[in-house]
Amino acid sequence: MVDLAPPYAPTADDDVAQSSRSWRAAIIDFCRRQPLGTVGLALVLVMAAAGLSAEWIAPYSPTANDFAVMTEPPSWAHLMGTDQFGRDLFSRIVFGARTALIVGFSCAIVGGGAGLVLGVASAYFGGRVDLLLQRLLDVVMAFPLIIMALAVIAIFGSGVFNVIVAITIPLIPRCARVVRSSALAIREVLYIDAARACGFGHARIILRHMVPNVLAPFLIMLTAFVGQAILAEASLSYLGLGVQEPTAAWGLMLQGGAEEYASTAPWIAVFPGLAIALTVFGFSLFGDALRDALDPKLRDR
Amino acid sequence: MYRYIVNRVLLVVPTLVGAAALVFVLMRLIPGDICMVRLGSGGASVDPRALAVCHAELGLDRPLVLQFLDFAWGFFRLDFGISMWSGKPVAEEIAARLPISLEIAVMATVVAILIAIPLGTISALWQNSWIDHVVRTVAIAGIATPSFWLGIVSILVVLDVSHALFGAAWMPPIDYVPFWQDPLRNLSMVILPALTVGYRYSAVTMRMTRSAMLEVLREDYIRTARAKGLAEQLIINRHALKNALLPVVTLIGIEFAFLIGGLVVTEQVFNLNGVGRLFVLAVQNQDYTLTQALVMLTVAIFVLVNLAVDLLYAWLDPRIRFG
Repeated sequence: MVDLAPPYAPTADDDVAQSSRSWRAAIIDFCRRQPLGTVGLALVLVMAAAGLSAEWIAPYSPTANDFAVMTEPPSWAHLMGTDQFGRDLFSRIVFGARTALIVGFSCAIVGGGAGLVLGVASAYFGGRVDLLLQRLLDVVMAFPLIIMALAVIAIFGSGVFNVIVAITIPLIPRCARVVRSSALAIREVLYIDAARACGFGHARIILRHMVPNVLAPFLIMLTAFVGQAILAEASLSYLGLGVQEPTAAWGLMLQGGAEEYASTAPWIAVFPGLAIALTVFGFSLFGDALRDALDPKLRDR
Repeated sequence: MYRYIVNRVLLVVPTLVGAAALVFVLMRLIPGDICMVRLGSGGASVDPRALAVCHAELGLDRPLVLQFLDFAWGFFRLDFGISMWSGKPVAEEIAARLPISLEIAVMATVVAILIAIPLGTISALWQNSWIDHVVRTVAIAGIATPSFWLGIVSILVVLDVSHALFGAAWMPPIDYVPFWQDPLRNLSMVILPALTVGYRYSAVTMRMTRSAMLEVLREDYIRTARAKGLAEQLIINRHALKNALLPVVTLIGIEFAFLIGGLVVTEQVFNLNGVGRLFVLAVQNQDYTLTQALVMLTVAIFVLVNLAVDLLYAWLDPRIRFG
């Protein structure tokens, strides 16, 4: 871990002040060492701000049809133009950011969380439990993400919640696999033996002693998962099997009209795709920079 | 060595059986009934006798265990039954669409390798230079860009450019012609999807090449090679790249299996009648037999490619077989 606290002994009084100062120092240091990562973080923050305050940013309702202005090119009244139903594209993209972020973060946090517990437990218990769990995860891993998601969608149907379930399930084994390999190394460390000697229960050892020590690779993976989940949601919605009209979702905006009107109204196809690409790009850049910053082996490279 | 191979090959069996069971259960969990869809259009009521006949015809009235055993045994013999939707043998449906998907997959792989390995190597050699930053950005952009959007945009560009150059908009042909019948027509159809899929593929491979090269370039034997005055080009080609390519080959193998997933979306964009498109249709039509056969095919390819990569690895790196 990067420890950038000033070299003086903290007292109880300046504990708060110091931690905020060292946080600020850490952030400044991160920006200086990882310019690309900072760009990524900025992109993520912009999209998050758009998603959180969509009602205030969007000039129009994302679902309001205005048949007087169908397939209008970008103008001051409609920053990104309008689609074939006369809906304002900019407003739809801003509201689409909310859908993308809800799906991205829910999938990453639930899938990652489940994977974290399974991965650490698998490493901690070892033996038969580990073997059985790994074989099970092998089976799920053998399904490409989008194929698994399609199969789940086929059962539960489409819609935001079902899309989240469909994307979360294939993320679990991918997370568990990575976490397990880091946890295997930690299991052999003395403080785990010490905790066991103290008579602590399995749950306490796993949650309090092992999980905190695999958080670095876990967090890096989580940022990657958010990007992957946003991409997967866009693909499913594009296929017509994900988020359904009239909800604003980027993948959905590319379906149907985008191809049909590609030559006469290219803005319908260009802007939603750019939104997807830039958001996922932001998460990938940030995740990469985070990995470089957290991995001491890579820091000097 | 033999022990390792036998163990590794045996490991394939539980994975495949597990996957088959999972697919089978998933397909049976689907609400809705293929026979209802077939017989009644919309909300019309269906004659229960006709429904029972339809169930018997498709074997849906037999015990689940028997249905599963039938399914597994059929898969083992490459007999996937009859498509519940079209009534034609599933194997026939897939075989008709496999060539185009396979061609795109192979071409995308070639594109990926041609782009990724040189660029990844250059990026590692001039680490943290502007070239490195450009290559890394291009690579991350490749992972971030949805391939279906790239497809739409590339069609758009082709339309506009052809319109500007020839005065008439040109679209890639839609019906598949084998390469040996009309190479030009075949390539003009396949090249765009191959490039859009290949870009993402190359991005992943590029990043792996770069990090593997960085690792290898720090090894002692590279320093030794430099110390004995070997030409830099020789060091890179013969000593560094050769060792760095091991994880890259693994990745290429695994990603090839995942290409099928990518094709599902790309074929939709380019309106190609391939296996990916068939998959989406099968899910939409609730065609159990077709869907389960396609999913199993994907899984089997993935598992077998993984097996091949692991065995190749063991052959190349003795530390694995004796470890």
